[in-house]
Amino acid sequence: MNWNRYRDIFTSYLFVIPAILLFSVFSLIPFFKVFQLSVFEWDGIAPTMSFVGMGNFSTAMFHDTAWWTSLRNAGVVTLLALTLQNLLALILAMIVDREIRGKNFYRVVFYLPPVLSGIVVGLVWNWIFDGSHGLLNHALQGVGLGKWARAWLADPDTALYAVAVIHMWKGFGWGFVILLAGLQAIPRELNEAAKVDGAGEWTIFSKITVPLMLPVFFLVSILTILGTMQIFDIIVSTTNGGPGYHTEVPITRILAAMVGSSRFGYACSLGILFGIILLAVSMVQMKLSKWSSRFSS
Amino acid sequence: MTTEVLSAPDRPSEKFQLHVLKYKLTHWMRHGVAQVFCFSVAAGCLFPLIWMISSSLKTQSTVFSDMSLIVSNPRWSNYYEAWTRGNFGQYFFNSILYTTAVVFGVIIIASMAAYAFSRLQFPGRNFFFILIISTMMIPIPGSFIALYVLLVKLNLVDTRLGYILPQINGGLALGVFLLKTFFDKLPQDLEDAARIDGCNKFQVYLHVALPLAKPAVAVLAVFNALAVWNEYLLAMLVLSDRSLMPLQRGLMVFQGSHITEYPLLMAGIAISIIPILTLYFLMQRYIVAGITAGALKM
Repeated sequence: MNWNRYRDIFTSYLFVIPAILLFSVFSLIPFFKVFQLSVFEWDGIAPTMSFVGMGNFSTAMFHDTAWWTSLRNAGVVTLLALTLQNLLALILAMIVDREIRGKNFYRVVFYLPPVLSGIVVGLVWNWIFDGSHGLLNHALQGVGLGKWARAWLADPDTALYAVAVIHMWKGFGWGFVILLAGLQAIPRELNEAAKVDGAGEWTIFSKITVPLMLPVFFLVSILTILGTMQIFDIIVSTTNGGPGYHTEVPITRILAAMVGSSRFGYACSLGILFGIILLAVSMVQMKLSKWSSRFSS
Repeated sequence: MTTEVLSAPDRPSEKFQLHVLKYKLTHWMRHGVAQVFCFSVAAGCLFPLIWMISSSLKTQSTVFSDMSLIVSNPRWSNYYEAWTRGNFGQYFFNSILYTTAVVFGVIIIASMAAYAFSRLQFPGRNFFFILIISTMMIPIPGSFIALYVLLVKLNLVDTRLGYILPQINGGLALGVFLLKTFFDKLPQDLEDAARIDGCNKFQVYLHVALPLAKPAVAVLAVFNALAVWNEYLLAMLVLSDRSLMPLQRGLMVFQGSHITEYPLLMAGIAISIIPILTLYFLMQRYIVAGITAGALKM
């Protein structure tokens, strides 16, 4: 009797052991290892590490201007993505949510860029923004604005914004899909009842659509922030952080500390600082979405 | 007795007609503006891709001067050259291998665990479930450093296994979460019947529960296939042997060493996106379901 019970529990464990094993080795151990390494100075090869306590963190906080520049750069791209990209996504979702010809065509096409890899997108746009053979410069010369032509991704004034354009081109379709799903979950009767009662377009938008969509807006915003702050593939395939530090982002700095200058402990401390920032953003989002769900119930 | 003839006006009044006309005009205008707007955005999405493909068919000497989208003398041999000399054949094979391995790994391991979390009783059930799910909530952008250190210790750097296993692990959290919620909603009757007929736990899972979970498994497969096919960071850290590299890594290597050979680079890009576009057009429904699920997990 008892033996059967043990056998039952044992066979149940067989179902979860592969998952737990993989998870422990490739998630749990690295997670703790990051914290351990962050208080050491270590080149990744030497058998000994020297303990530096909070030294890595204080260097990152007070002496590493490139690190703060990288956070600022990612912040600028994030701000643009939050406003321009999500506004475009919302407008398109609201149009496609109505009766419009070619609904399915638009749905397929808008989600095409998000399916592509950041590397592919970066390499193609690299050429569009190129200084000497770039398509954009050709087009500008074609319409007589040749004086604006430049190497968009190599010019310190435009590099970050060019990267932001590429990022938003790749990203808006994703916001579009989620916002459209949210809009389609709003019962049609609500809009129709409001229309019968004489509400105008703007009233319907501000009194029905926005309150009901608030949780979705917050969701899209938080995912935009988390995704954009961790931007990497597009950077590495276009500017690789340059010119100077103008398009450095947190992930490229962490990699530079790790692979470039062989300071594994320092790279870990940067990763932890960055993780705390992202976690704080998620917390704010969770609070906000709890607060906003009062409006939609 | 007087009869009063009630005659309806045979045509709407002038004023009413004007209203109808005005309504039709504004309706038409707004539709037109919306249509033009959507169409130009769609063109903006497609143009870089079309241009990439037409550039992949030009020659080294015409690619910078010939700005036409439809190439008069397409050089299909560019694709052959990219495939052989550019090593994209090898990269392509590697990408297919990694994607298949990770997708199957995630589906097998995650579905078994999800089934156990949903149906079986064992000590620590909730603890392990929450532990595995927690990785979706806590961002640890630095963990790839420690992961790399670990792979060095395990002698997995520059091996296929060292690239596959971490990615299977990466897909577990969403997979377990998605499939557990799916299993929770399934009625248990069928499984009970199978058990009475003498199936053991594993047979019930394999022959009854898993086939029923097909829609969720499809979402998971597509979602992971996209993620693995497009992965770059881990490939950059783990793989430096060219014969092991997947396409994304191969593209960067090719760009680094043949920076001026644009037609071949574009052919390589085209090769790298053909499978993913095919998957996208075939499995569209599941992709949209996957993003919505992936977004809602937060």
